Amino acid sequence: MSTGETIRLVAGREITTRIRSKAFLWTTGFLLAAVVIGGVVLNVALGSSSATRIAVTPQTAALSQPLQDVARASDEKVHVVAVADDGAAESAVRGEDVDAALVGGPTDFTVVVRSELDPTLSATLTVLRQQAALDAAVTELGGDPAKVSAQLAAATLEVRALAPSPKRDGGQIVAGYVAGILLFIALQTTAQLVSQGVVEEKSSRVVELLLSTIRPWQLMAGKVLGIGIIGLLQVGVVVAAAAGTALGLGLLDASSIDLGSTVAWALVWFVVGFVMFSLALAALASLVSRQEDVASVTAPVMVFMIIPYVIGVSIAPWDPTNPLVVVLSYVPFAAPMVMPIRIALGTVETWQVVASLALSLALIPVLVWAAARIYSNAVLRTGARVRLRDALHVG
Amino acid sequence: MPELELLHLDKSYGEVRALRDLSLAVASGEIVGFVGSNGAGKTTAMRIALGVLAADAGEVRWAGKPVDFDVRRRIGYMPEERGLYPRMRVAQQLGYLARLHGLSVGEAERAVARWTDILGISARRDDEVQKLSLGNQQRVQLAAALAYDPDILVLDEPFSGLDPVAVDVMSAVLRERANAGVPVLFSSHQLDLVERLCDRVAIIKEGAMVAVGAIEDLRTLDNPRWLVEGPPAALGWPAQVPGARVVNSADGRTVVEMADGSASAEQSLLRAALAAGPVRAFGAVRPHLVELYRDAVADSDNGPGRETVSEDAHS
Repeated sequence: MSTGETIRLVAGREITTRIRSKAFLWTTGFLLAAVVIGGVVLNVALGSSSATRIAVTPQTAALSQPLQDVARASDEKVHVVAVADDGAAESAVRGEDVDAALVGGPTDFTVVVRSELDPTLSATLTVLRQQAALDAAVTELGGDPAKVSAQLAAATLEVRALAPSPKRDGGQIVAGYVAGILLFIALQTTAQLVSQGVVEEKSSRVVELLLSTIRPWQLMAGKVLGIGIIGLLQVGVVVAAAAGTALGLGLLDASSIDLGSTVAWALVWFVVGFVMFSLALAALASLVSRQEDVASVTAPVMVFMIIPYVIGVSIAPWDPTNPLVVVLSYVPFAAPMVMPIRIALGTVETWQVVASLALSLALIPVLVWAAARIYSNAVLRTGARVRLRDALHVG
Repeated sequence: MPELELLHLDKSYGEVRALRDLSLAVASGEIVGFVGSNGAGKTTAMRIALGVLAADAGEVRWAGKPVDFDVRRRIGYMPEERGLYPRMRVAQQLGYLARLHGLSVGEAERAVARWTDILGISARRDDEVQKLSLGNQQRVQLAAALAYDPDILVLDEPFSGLDPVAVDVMSAVLRERANAGVPVLFSSHQLDLVERLCDRVAIIKEGAMVAVGAIEDLRTLDNPRWLVEGPPAALGWPAQVPGARVVNSADGRTVVEMADGSASAEQSLLRAALAAGPVRAFGAVRPHLVELYRDAVADSDNGPGRETVSEDAHS
């Protein structure tokens, strides 16, 4: 039997047993629910704060178009509702069907609100009112209001920033969080599956039976490959659900996020991170014989996962150019947790991502060599914990 | 006939020498029982044969050539430490292990069906291994070693934990495999079983081979012993026969060791006994494997039963 077939068989066993396991199905279901429900909640939250409903009467209906224009210019969302007369407008406000109503005439309208006028809406309506007054004055002086408006619109501010802060919007920040949290959870659960799987074989002694017919590195490679495929499937499904929810609800319509590349890079970083962490954890887990000892032996590596994650999600979205964040996004083992956040935030150039990826990929052959060596030497030595140095040196 | 040979194996764990120049050959069609006290080195030798452990020196050969990975894949192995995936279903697990040994999907399915039938666990095929009793887990373990129709069988304690019916089934299976030309090496502490089943026995002590041979040969003593049921030795009749020595005597049963194995010596012993009183039985005593084993490992293994060696007559 060829090496490829052997590894495929081992990987196949991992996939078929894991995919039916309740833990895997629950984690996937939980992550799916989290991103979909999170998206819906976000949509509701955004919807209630941004789309302002304004009632207009037949007298003020002429204001609808200018109102929309002014609102759009200041990134506000306004939904105009037509009502029959001033009385109906007032009752609509009282009944909270609308946030505000414009009553009276088109140039001297009054804003009817329930308790007070929202400041942004106030600014929008003030501009509208001033424009109406300006139009009236221009007309009175014999000018063309449309011409004046056009000239006014052309008079925009020229800004030259000497040290521009990276541009990012709400959509990018949310995507940064989702990418960081999702990658961390996925990497942590799948890498732990690898370490638990290694110890399961060691503690149940089945490893001796297996190693009488396959080589240690084939067993390790098959395990990493199988669990990796399962993990990629999980991440793929969840990322697709997240992207689908965002697109379906139009959450990112106003965002300048590059969703396609964020998703693609998240998957790439998952694969790279998974390979690195699972090799390290497989090697370390092979040193112990009991599940209880897995946590203590793998703790040093888990620290490499947790610290970059915490720094990534707590600093990066608000300060993407923070030197610590930037440095960590290049450090192998930390990069899979930090770089996807920076990519989602849109604050990193493609060549920088590729450079970071190259650094991680360069370390993988070393990891493969060391992990295979440690694993081969330690996995049949049951009983007391094998010292890392012994596992590396004993031929 | 191809032979599985363990040649001059040495293995040390730190200060402890687990194997000392251990050699053993198992021919095709032969069942060899590997006996020795706990820690004598049986498991170490078997693990080295399977390549899961590397010897410090020495070699394992099959058909004259060093055992490589392809040969190992054709060895049916039952490790001392039983090992199966606890949460995997029986049939799935056996099928997986058979496929790792090179069987196709179809072959593996047929082999699993066949061996679970033979070993009486066909009703448990879809149960998780951890839900089976220890005895049944043991049967699954045996099925795992047999399912891919191995060319060689190396079984570490295959009978431990089996009920008498399973022991019979297993014995029949081993005999059948041996008859099909497979060399079978197994270790056991159940010496009666080894005696019954094995063509040859290898006794290991502190990592070195102390006795290897057919049980019949090992049982043939340099100084023949005779059991006389009749007049008690206290009557003095053994003393009249030259070269006779009383080994023990109780309840009218006397065991006498003769310095001379000739027919005339045994007849003079019988005549001396008859002269002293009626003799109901007279026969050669040949030690069981138990005694051979105790003799062989006597120096350091003074088990509690050693002083009450039982011997019985084979007439």
